[in-house]
Formats: sequence, structure tokens, C-alpha cells
Amino acid sequence: MSIEAMPPEGALRSDVPVLEVEDLSVTFTRRGEQPTRAVDGVSFSVSAGETIGLVGESGCGKSVTSLAVMGLLPKRGVQVGGSVRLAGTELLGASDRTLRRLRGSEMAMVFQDPLSSLNPTVPIGTQVTEVLVEHREMGKREAATEATDLLDRVGIPDPARRLKEYPHQLSGGMRQRALIAMALACSPRLLIADEPTTALDVTIQAQILELLRELVVDSGTALVMITHDLGVVAGLCDRVHVMYAGKVIETADRYELFARPRQPYTGGLLASVPRLDAGRGVPLTPIRGSARDAIPWAEGCAFAPRCDNAQDDCLTEVAGSTVPLEYDGPGRELRCRHPLSYPQQTPAGATASGAGR
Amino acid sequence: MTAMGDVRRQRIDELAARAGQVPEGEGGVSLVKSAFRRLRRNPVAILGAVIVLVFLFVAAFAPWLAPRDPLAQTLLGEVRPGSIPGPQEGFPLGVDQLGRDLLSRLVYGSRQSLLIGVVSTVLGAVVGMALGVLAGAFGGRVDTVVMRFVDIILSIPSLLMAISISVLLGQNQYALMIAIAVTQVPVFARLLRGSMLAQRESDYVLAARALGVKRGRIVFGHVLPNSLSPVIVQGTLSLATAIIEAAALSFLGLGDPDIARPEWGAMLSTAQDFLSIRPGLAVWPAVCIIVVALGFTLLGESLREALDPKFRR
Repeated sequence: MSIEAMPPEGALRSDVPVLEVEDLSVTFTRRGEQPTRAVDGVSFSVSAGETIGLVGESGCGKSVTSLAVMGLLPKRGVQVGGSVRLAGTELLGASDRTLRRLRGSEMAMVFQDPLSSLNPTVPIGTQVTEVLVEHREMGKREAATEATDLLDRVGIPDPARRLKEYPHQLSGGMRQRALIAMALACSPRLLIADEPTTALDVTIQAQILELLRELVVDSGTALVMITHDLGVVAGLCDRVHVMYAGKVIETADRYELFARPRQPYTGGLLASVPRLDAGRGVPLTPIRGSARDAIPWAEGCAFAPRCDNAQDDCLTEVAGSTVPLEYDGPGRELRCRHPLSYPQQTPAGATASGAGR
Repeated sequence: MTAMGDVRRQRIDELAARAGQVPEGEGGVSLVKSAFRRLRRNPVAILGAVIVLVFLFVAAFAPWLAPRDPLAQTLLGEVRPGSIPGPQEGFPLGVDQLGRDLLSRLVYGSRQSLLIGVVSTVLGAVVGMALGVLAGAFGGRVDTVVMRFVDIILSIPSLLMAISISVLLGQNQYALMIAIAVTQVPVFARLLRGSMLAQRESDYVLAARALGVKRGRIVFGHVLPNSLSPVIVQGTLSLATAIIEAAALSFLGLGDPDIARPEWGAMLSTAQDFLSIRPGLAVWPAVCIIVVALGFTLLGESLREALDPKFRR
């Protein structure tokens, strides 16, 4: 074994999942105000080449979870608990220096709005090369060549010319591709995509998702997809974690989830997706109320006020602990006392397609 | 059949080749170059630039342009209490209370006024921006210390401050410049800090942090270039106020003691005593100050527009 191959202290390992998040909690505190727990006991893990989805409506803690993983939350007024391990290395409590070294090289993030995520006064090329210079210690010229390759790889035509252009001169899809190129510059093990297609129109959305899928397959990147778009989930994610009011309420692989949603909230999300084969004039089926109606988890199920299945025991805390996230069949977990049930409850793998509701 | 296919293919190749060409001056050009190109197309910018250039030209070639010696009291004999000679042959704007040619004094005055304006503004801007960057880049405790220091400067009336500095440094033109510069510092510091704090919260800074870019690189490569446009505008406005402030200090007797250097502000303040006899003595220096200030303001405003990528088409 050569010296270069010797793992330095705190080195990343390849025999463990790329990202393990355990019991992550994020609390925002403000003097004179009740602390807000935005993320509460979230656990999940992602392996190389795997894509997981974090799904939920606005304000359920998806983005805060991703910022906590990247260590990008402000230090003041924020308490982060639990454990986040990137390839075996604990990130919570790691020094700024360590985190900065890992960000961009081992883990990267693609944000929602490609225009505001690019600096308007700096050419695209400079923004791509600065990652290469920072983490791969390349020279200016070498970095420029590499940046051309990167833009080419993410499907930007005429990359050499685009490098000299400014963000406003690129189309929305191209901007998002450029951001993905920046995120991929150092072939990170983990890529977090925070609603990467929200600001794009539908055809471009499909192209960007296809690009992300190719990257996962080609380079074995672990991808965390944060979205509220169930279409994106259906097309891309291997496993799905549905979040509500800061907690994971249902986990399943995508086929299971779409075929048999157990949590009434998941069921409601799926039922509210517009269908092309629905008759004319048939109204959509929304979930009652809004996310603001949630009650604290300490007092029962946060979703109970909006839930059609809610019983008395959903609104009162019985055992002195919150509704637990429990085993619910192979590969599934569920946080619900009165889940949706299906007439033909068959083991996973059976061909029954009892799409609920 | 094949011939037609060939023609078509040739045509497609031709079009494709043309589409690949970037028209001259389009596409990736440097920020400064494209800003300059847009400046040249903007009539307001041209007007501002012409005004500024004319005054700079006058200041540079004053000895050749001035018709007379600005200090020679040629018509002193015709000045009586209650009457100062007006425009006449050889003295297009008349003479001042000591019989010196007003036009020549205005021409020579442009040197001193522009010098004071430019030097004190540049000095104030550099120090102010350094403090602003310090506060805006680090935030937290550094920000608090720097900003309270700036507040202290701001809390002292600028004239009092200038008088104190003049006393400390002795009465000369450099003391005047430094005194004016010190009063400009808080404005630049506060402005740059505020606009940097706003930029620090922006998405692209978060995105850069998510890519592990160093803090220094984020501050100087990302935040600062986006925070400069209000500072540029303030710079041009400060040039105008600096000239006016120099006039105020001259009026209080804190100006340049060297009477060999005429200066618009000093001319304006001495003319006050003769306002009822010969208003022209006050009007002409005032017009000069206003036009120069206007020129710098127009130029600065269009410069900001040209430098701001959001205004680009």
C-alpha cells in the first residue's frame, strides 16, 4: 500500500452508507420566544448509487434537514442534535475547516432557484473553476479545461463560450445545469438536491431529472432529493421518506408507497395529484386545512386535525411518548395509530395493486 | 435525388456553421468592457463625462486658458465702496472686490476645488470602505466595534470635527482634505457594510458556502462586487459635497491660507459681503460648483447602471 493510499485521520470510509442521519433535531431559539423545533428526530441513510426522497409540503423541515446535514445553518440561535455521518465521519460538531473541506468535494448541494444561486456579477466560468481551484488545487488554465468538460457533461452546448458568460445570459435550464456542474466538479459522494426543478418549466424539469438520474447511475453518487413533487419522486427515488411537521411519518420504497400509502397524509398527497384520466369537472381532492393546523407532536399526532381517519387517541398522548415510528412490513416504517388499510393485505412483492382511495 | 439531398445537407451545414459564430462584441466580454460599451451608448453618461472632462481640461491647462493673472489687482483703482466694476472689455465677467479678473480666478479655482474634491473623496472612500468591508465581512463582534467607532465619528458635527483636525494638523490644504475625508468616512463605511450584509444573506453566497469556498474568496469574489454600486454613486455625490464643504471651511477661515491659490468655495464666501452690489461674484463660482457636481452625479449614476448586470440587455 503506497503512502498516498493510507487513509488520513478521520478519513471517509467506503464500507458504510454514504450518509447516515440519526435522530437529527434542529431547534430555533429566540430570546423571549418559544423555541421552534423544525426538525425532530429524523433518521435516514443513503448508500452509494441510491436515491432517496424527502417529501412533504412547505414548512415540514425538508430544507432545514438538508442545511443541517451540510452544516450551513447559522450558529447563533440554532441547536442541532443527533448525528450526521458522512461515510463514517461525524459532521455535527466538526470544525468549520473540516466542514469547508468536505463541502464541495465530498458533499454538494443544488439549490432551488438557479438564478439567485449564481452570482450575477461573476462569469459562469469563474464560479465553476473556483470550486476546482479550492478543492482540487488546480491551476487556472487546467481548471478552465476541466470546467469546459464539466459543462459539456451536464449538457450545456458550446461550453467554452458559456464559461465567459454571465448568469443572466443563460436560460433557466442552462443555469441549473451550470449549478449541477459546480456541485459535481469534485465528484462528491453525496449530492443533495433541494427542489432542483421547482423554478423550471416542465420540459426542462424532465431534462434535469434525467441528468441527475444519469449521474447517480454513472458515478454512484448518493442522491438526496428534496421535493414536494410526487412526480419527481415516482421517477427518481428508490426510497421515500414522507415528512410532516418536522418528523418522518412514513418510509417506504417508491412502488410500495405509491401502491399502498399507509399514512393518511401520504394517501391525501397522492389523492390530491391531478389525474389525466379523471372525468371533466371532477374536483381535485385536497387535504383539509393547511400545515399551520399542526399540533405539537407531544400532544398527539401533528396531522390529526386534518386527518379523516383521526380518532380520539390521535389527539391525546396515551403512553407518555409521541406516536412512534414503527415497523410496518418489510422496508416500511409508519407513524400512525389508524393507518389506511387495504382489503388484500399481501406481502411485499405480490402483484396486488390496491391503490388506495 | 442525391444532388438535391447534397444541396440540402450543404445548406444545413452552412446554417449550422453560421449559428456557431458569435457576433462581434456579444457573448462573453469582460464586465468592465461591456460596462464601457453601454456607457458610450448612454446620452446621460456622455453629458456627464463631457462636463467632467471639460473641467478637468480647464484645471490642467489653467495657466494657458486664463486670460489674466488671477492675482493681479488690475482694476483695484476703479473699485469704490458700493461699486465694483462689471463686465467690460478684457474682463468678460468683471472683477472682484480687489480688482482681480473673475474669469481667471474661476479658471484657476477649478484646480484647487477639483483637487480638494477628488483627494478628500478618494481618501474618505478608501478608509470608509476598508472599515465597511471589515464590518460586513466578519459581522458579529467586529461589526459592532467598527460600527460603534463609525457612529462616534458620525455623532461629532462634521464642522467641529474638521475644525479640530485643522487645529491638530495645522492650517494647510492637506489638513483641509483630511478634515473633509474624515467626515466622509462614516457614510462610505455604513453604506458598504449595509449592502454587504444584505448580500451575505443571498442564495448565491449560501451556494458558494455549500461548495466549500473560503470566506475570503466569498467576501472579495462574490459579496464585494455586488455591493459596490451604491458606493460608486455615493462617491460621485461626495465629490460634489466635498467641494461645497471645502467652501464652508474656507468661509470659517479654516481653508487654504495660501491666497495664491484661488478656490471656488472661498470666492463664494467672500462674495457674500458684496451680494447686493455685484451678485455675479457669487453666482459664477456657485454655477461652477453646481455644474461640476452635476457632471459627477450624472456620470456616477450612469456608471452604476452600466456596472449593474441586472440592467443589461
